[in-house]
Amino acid sequence: MDRVRLATVWFGGCSGCHMSFLDLDEFLIELAARVDLVYSPVVDMKEYPEKVDVCLIEGAICNQDNLDLLHKVRARTKVLVSFGDCAVTANVPAIRNQLGAGNTENVLQRAYIDNAQNNPCLPKCEGIVPALLPRVMPVHEVVRVEYFLPGCPPPASNIKALVGALLSGATPKLEGMQLKFG
Amino acid sequence: MILNDLIEIKNAELAGRKKITLRCCMAAGCLSCGAKGVKQQLDKAVADAGLQDQVEVRGVGCMKLCCEGPLVQADPQNSLYIKVTPENAPSIVAAIQGGQTSVAQTDPDAAFFKRQLFIVLANSGVVDPERIESYIAADGYQALHEVLNEMAPKNVVESMVQSGLRGRGGAGFPTGLKWGTVAKSPGAKKYVICNADEGDPGAFMDRSVLESDPHSVLEGMAIAAYAVGADQGFIYVRAEYPLAISRLQLAIKQAKQMGLLGAGIFESPFSFNVDLRIGAGAFVCGEETALMASVEGKRGTPRPRPPFPAESGLWGSPTLINNVETFANVPPIMRRGPEWFAGIGTEKSKGTKVFALAGKIKNTGLIEVPMGTPLSVIVQDMGGGAPDGGQIKAVQTGGPSGGCIPAEHLDTPVDYESLGKLGSIMGSGGMIVMDDQTNMVEIARFFMEFCMDESCGKCIPCRTGTVQMHHLLDKIIQRQATPADMARLEELCDMVKSTSLCGLGQTAPNPTLSTLRFFRHEYEQLLRPDLSGPPPNGASETRSASAAS
Amino acid sequence: MAAKTLTINGLQISAEEGATILQAADEANVKIPTLCHLDGVYDVGACRLCLVEVAGVPKLLPACTTKVVEGMEVKTDTERLRKYRRMTLELLLAERNHVCAVCVANGHCELQAFAWSLGIDHVRYDYCFPKWSVDNTHRLFGMDHNRCILCTRCVRVCWHIEGAGTKNVSGRGGHARIISDLNQPWGEADSCTSCGKCVQACPTGALFHKGSTVAEMERDRSKLEFIVTAREKKQWIASD
Repeated sequence: MDRVRLATVWFGGCSGCHMSFLDLDEFLIELAARVDLVYSPVVDMKEYPEKVDVCLIEGAICNQDNLDLLHKVRARTKVLVSFGDCAVTANVPAIRNQLGAGNTENVLQRAYIDNAQNNPCLPKCEGIVPALLPRVMPVHEVVRVEYFLPGCPPPASNIKALVGALLSGATPKLEGMQLKFG
Repeated sequence: MILNDLIEIKNAELAGRKKITLRCCMAAGCLSCGAKGVKQQLDKAVADAGLQDQVEVRGVGCMKLCCEGPLVQADPQNSLYIKVTPENAPSIVAAIQGGQTSVAQTDPDAAFFKRQLFIVLANSGVVDPERIESYIAADGYQALHEVLNEMAPKNVVESMVQSGLRGRGGAGFPTGLKWGTVAKSPGAKKYVICNADEGDPGAFMDRSVLESDPHSVLEGMAIAAYAVGADQGFIYVRAEYPLAISRLQLAIKQAKQMGLLGAGIFESPFSFNVDLRIGAGAFVCGEETALMASVEGKRGTPRPRPPFPAESGLWGSPTLINNVETFANVPPIMRRGPEWFAGIGTEKSKGTKVFALAGKIKNTGLIEVPMGTPLSVIVQDMGGGAPDGGQIKAVQTGGPSGGCIPAEHLDTPVDYESLGKLGSIMGSGGMIVMDDQTNMVEIARFFMEFCMDESCGKCIPCRTGTVQMHHLLDKIIQRQATPADMARLEELCDMVKSTSLCGLGQTAPNPTLSTLRFFRHEYEQLLRPDLSGPPPNGASETRSASAAS
Repeated sequence: MAAKTLTINGLQISAEEGATILQAADEANVKIPTLCHLDGVYDVGACRLCLVEVAGVPKLLPACTTKVVEGMEVKTDTERLRKYRRMTLELLLAERNHVCAVCVANGHCELQAFAWSLGIDHVRYDYCFPKWSVDNTHRLFGMDHNRCILCTRCVRVCWHIEGAGTKNVSGRGGHARIISDLNQPWGEADSCTSCGKCVQACPTGALFHKGSTVAEMERDRSKLEFIVTAREKKQWIASD
């Protein structure tokens, strides 16, 4: 059997979902035998590759970089999984949406000016610091998503259930408490 | 007050009539464009000409052709002056003496008037709504006298059943059946409520009836109260109708003074009081259970039925709730007999229906037509078609609860069943005509926005479903929606219709559903293929190219 | 009192005359989801989650306000009902800011529990992200409007069980919100007896004990049950 080309991406989120992924413990070894991790925050790969089988997406879509990469991910990947509450619901990163149209300025002002103890200034560097989107979105608001794995973070057991099913060619079926938000 | 007194008043009123009458419309439409000044100047012109003994200048209710107001009708000359200004007054007074006038006129025998059949509006534009004597001269309160003196309550109910009258508030529930249920419900205290919380955009039938002929509603309520055994009535009228409110207050006062309301009406043991309750601007208070909550002084939100108001209504007592137009039908039915009424209209929809004709049509105003009149007769023959040579695209009936009937179905007769088959409803009588410049998705969004703003917030499907449906319609208009969004919209329409608590939510999807049914291509050409695909051509334009279709 | 026999999901059951479908189903251990019903206070039929199908009735009926009738055939769990319930919950989750991860009621929330039990893995509607405030003016309790679903349980326990009449609803549609007294900060509402029944009644994290942090807000309905049992059965015992 061909090895499955697995990727994980990290958008607007705390990396807790990736931490939970690392909590898979010995399943990670099993996984390593069956997948090629072709792109991930935990591997050193600069460009999202072509022909990816499965991609776990952590985080909400918060800035222009997230948006551009997400479209690339969608175009190059067979199966997308919204991985964790930020990807599924936009969660905490989207709280700034409540501030309305001008929320990006407000958020930056609060973080980098109002609360700054030293050297208050807005991070601005064309082409390096990506612009915030006016509205933080869950992944499925931007592209089609095949599977959803809620949880903040999703417990390792749920990740195992979903990824295990995908690897065995079955349709993942999470139910009950496995679907708990939060 | 006994019958002889009533006849005496009538005779005195008729004897006092002058040779020539100048009827000036004093309803809200004409008043808003200067009718008050017109009447004052006519009074003055008549006095200046020394014609006080021969000419009566009478303020009357709505004369129907609202778009041409202020209206003045001269009798017996049968001249209908339009767009009258106060400066026109001397010229009109000269004309009724045989002189020439350049004041614009219209043909009072034109199709707009001739195709109408007046039952509810028979007194509208004829009697002075601020003088009870004027109503009595038009046989007013005779039906009440006859009912109190010659009929048992159950016979009154029986007459209503025979007449075939159905509720004019929109749903078309048989009025006689409703009266019978309230009459049979046990309870020492019962109420009669007149629902005058007319709120559909573009609808002004009930306002016109109240402004033009308030006594017919009071008489109808009194007859209903006798039939069901109630002694207290409420008229729930919206605060946005100050003229209707003041004329109702005056009418109630006059009727009380004459012993036609209050204790021992016509010297019978029957007592009936009517009080006004003023709505505070919530559309949902037109829903009967929300209306009753509001009358009780509570937050105006609906509650599940059963129990129906007929069993447990105001303060838990059996309560009859009918609409203004329904009550206004009652005195003529009792006066002329249920058979007469049942002879008008179609098999299942009897009598006439008042419509407020508005939108993209030449003649806007108030019309009353026999049930079964084809829509084409109303919009083409009577309404004169679209203005400026446009084509009529659709007719909207039933307001935010109704639907859009496309031009190819204009041969549809106006009755409860036929309109229902087309996914619309009779509704309370709003009729908005749309021409070929109208974007039907925008129409759907307009009505959805209305329902979203007017949802009381009690039940989840209506409160949040209307928000999401409005958002999806907006997304479609902004050309940001995909076929999946369309599917979501249709699914929500079904869900909100099936699960909402009251009629507001249950019917809120109707304008969307009916435009989806008849104008689906207008939606589809605004869609983008999918999330990653480009928006459709011309996404920057705000209007669709629907006019081309 | 006469008994009525009926079937719920094909199961033959009997119920007291005057009982609602919800009560009859509960006695027969058939669980019908609801967010606005609360034992001991009158029902309002507002959340629409408990809608059921009744043979011969074209409309769906709320189980909480529909009384049992002899021979009634009730279905509580059809595909159509499950679909509508899922949509209702999705609409609620999209309406205000239900950020479970940082909610005091995480793990103890009825909305959250119905969402997973009905298989909701994501919300298909765009989130509204409205701006709502938190009223922290009361000495003991807080009210987070972001989490409120307007079930009005708090209003009903306040009026019906405590008799204080502090809580009410103001505004309409999506702008409707729970207020204290005449739309004053809760801490300034003179009528509030600080009994906390509203906090115990709340299905979500909208009402909470001050000082609770994420996932700490557990409800204790036993006091409510105690009072309701005393009132209805004249017995000063905890029910059941």
